[in-house]
Amino acid sequence: MIAEIGLAALWLAAALAVLQMVSGAFALRGAEGAINPLAMYARPAAVVQAFLAVLAFAMLLWAFMVTDLSIKLVANNSHSMKPMLYKITGTWGNHEGSMLLWVGVLALSGGLLAGLERRLPERTMGATLAVQGFVALGFYAFLLLSSNPFERLPVPAVEGVGLNPLLQDIGLAIHPPTLYAGYVGLSVAFSLAMGALLTNQVNPAFARVMRPWVLGAWVLLTFGITAGSYWAYYELGWGGWWFWDPVENASLMPWLAATALMHSVAVLAARDALRTWTIMLGVLAFSMSMLGTFLVRSGVLTSVHAFAVDPERGAFILGLLGLYIGGAFTIFALRAGAVSEGKRFSVSSREGALVFNNVMLSAILAIVLLGTLYPLVTEAFDVRVSVGPPYFNPASAIFAIPMFLVMAVGPLLRWKEDKPARLQFEVSLIAAVLISAIALASVVGDIPFLPLLGLGLAAALAVAAALPLKGRKLTRVPTATWGMVLAHFGVAVSLFGMACEGAFTQERLAAVAPGGTEQVGDFSVTLQNVAPVAGPNWTAIEARLAVSRNGGEPVILTPQARNFWSPAQATSESALLTRWDGQLYAVIGNQAEDGRWQIRVWWKPFVTFIWYGGLLIALGGVLAIAGRVRVDVKRRTATAMGDVRRADLEALNAAPMPAE
Amino acid sequence: MIRTDVIRALLALLAMLAMPISAQDAMPPAPYAYNQLEDPAQEAEAAELMATLRCLKCQSQSIADSDAPMAGDMRHQVRSRILAGESPEDIRAWLIARYGDYVSYNPTISASTWPLFAIPVLLILIVAAVLLRRLGKRRSDTGEAA
Repeated sequence: MIAEIGLAALWLAAALAVLQMVSGAFALRGAEGAINPLAMYARPAAVVQAFLAVLAFAMLLWAFMVTDLSIKLVANNSHSMKPMLYKITGTWGNHEGSMLLWVGVLALSGGLLAGLERRLPERTMGATLAVQGFVALGFYAFLLLSSNPFERLPVPAVEGVGLNPLLQDIGLAIHPPTLYAGYVGLSVAFSLAMGALLTNQVNPAFARVMRPWVLGAWVLLTFGITAGSYWAYYELGWGGWWFWDPVENASLMPWLAATALMHSVAVLAARDALRTWTIMLGVLAFSMSMLGTFLVRSGVLTSVHAFAVDPERGAFILGLLGLYIGGAFTIFALRAGAVSEGKRFSVSSREGALVFNNVMLSAILAIVLLGTLYPLVTEAFDVRVSVGPPYFNPASAIFAIPMFLVMAVGPLLRWKEDKPARLQFEVSLIAAVLISAIALASVVGDIPFLPLLGLGLAAALAVAAALPLKGRKLTRVPTATWGMVLAHFGVAVSLFGMACEGAFTQERLAAVAPGGTEQVGDFSVTLQNVAPVAGPNWTAIEARLAVSRNGGEPVILTPQARNFWSPAQATSESALLTRWDGQLYAVIGNQAEDGRWQIRVWWKPFVTFIWYGGLLIALGGVLAIAGRVRVDVKRRTATAMGDVRRADLEALNAAPMPAE
Repeated sequence: MIRTDVIRALLALLAMLAMPISAQDAMPPAPYAYNQLEDPAQEAEAAELMATLRCLKCQSQSIADSDAPMAGDMRHQVRSRILAGESPEDIRAWLIARYGDYVSYNPTISASTWPLFAIPVLLILIVAAVLLRRLGKRRSDTGEAA
């Protein structure tokens, strides 16, 4: 029954998406000001559709929780002996389930938009909901026609196949749902951009409606990417935190576009400038989300993350991708002329700096896109090339370095026009910090060029991030400004972590007999013993490593080499010792013929700052949302109160004065 | 005991018949697969090179990041060749000759990769053009009413 309820809910949701699309489109037929009677179904359709899609997802979740082996998807991806947490998270650890999560979040964000947003003109809202319904419809079709998650087996399986052990981790509970929510949250920005473009409502009021969605999606993407990076770092067992893997790039590209969009929307809301930019970036951001979904879900990549391999599905998503992105850019090309550019500004203004950095972000996006797609293109012609860190790092640095420099100064500039001479002190302070940090670091040791530059930029950005607070009463600084300061500081922190990891990591690989000691950095690592241990669905050998820093009190680390039995696969579980100034990363490998054990130990100074920085950036986004929403609510209450007062005054004036 | 010996011998035989890549699966890892070189300078050279070589049996991993037996074999190759005094670029060239461009994460300009370098140059020009168009002219405030 569970599966049938889920499937029925999905079909109904798809039907409602059609209703939402058609009804929303009728809003465009109405005259200015008047509301077309047929347009009134769009909002309720979106809300009910959200409920149904979430219900379908809940049904699948339930099927996984009780391990209903009559459902093909459960039998292929779950196992009755798996711990409950991984039964639940296993729901989206496969192609169909993750697409259902995608569609569920898409419907949910459409429903929230329809249910909560009352500020937009009805015509714009109708057009927005029509676009949202159109997008949802394509993905319902994909799910129902080529990846039905609720398909039954003719004969229930006796036992499930199990879940890829690399995915049996708390990371699977956090990383995909937040990333998907971010990806799909951008669909609302996309629909709003199309709605505003179609009804010619690209103005600050529209930007204020769009901003919380963009910020929210961006916060989720930031958090999801940060979590994913840390997950890969501790799970894959070699201490790498970013591989320029196509799937990672697939999540980075929407983030880059969303970062540019967020800044552009802020300019539109505050200054009524950059109208076409904002629309274009809105379309670009969700296009990158869909492209990411295509790359990951179509099996076009052979990568650690791509667990769906099926060309038929790939063609389906590619068709959807062409339809939506092509359609959106066609409408953009046809209508953009009707949208005026908005208010003008000079080069040395805050808008100028934001435009510069948006162009830089877009250029980095183009580099990542090129490096990700190029090997796929050549593969089609039977030429296989690899594009990796030696390409991506310098190519993106060409644009990232000027971007960081402008980012340091941009927030200090005034809107519209500013005299650079006014910032003489600030600019020389930032330059002094940059140069002295680089000089200091090059004295310390022989550091490669990019990490050296990273250290200098990190120091300069950290100082620059606090400068907008200079001379202001801290208690009166708006929450949103705190958010910006915190997020920019987070970039500095993250950059510092990346540069330190690149410049100062120490590695020790060795075969060690029990009782033997190895040295890495300030740490001496003693292998005490190796013993077998067992978990619910795995057996492992576990090493006890006594780690002591400069001869201090030893700490015990227990890295494991696990063997899962369903599916049969070996993983290494790294053990981490976190200190304020870095992390010690230990892994146990095979036993050599002579009885010694392979151990791998790294000391990675300040590596944790990479993810602390990511969290600070996300937190800055949360503060920005909180600040903006509070100001918006205040403004609305003030306007409403003003309206009431004006109405009262008019009523008073209209009423005949009572005679004395 | 005899049975396992027979199986081991059979496996070794099979391994010898099979391609050199899969031969490594049945044998213990080569000495330098998981052990560093004594000289830190040589090890640093090897590590830098290994981080930019693709593990051909894995998916999007360098040989410095992989537990696959083939990655171990390639690490051994890299380290022992560095030890023998070969330069990293010679080793990369040798590996490319053996496995094709695919093995190197560091694309160099060639008939099949030139767009990877031409497009960024084009991109710099486009970026410069966009910035000049958008910011280059000093906007007059008279445009504000528009």
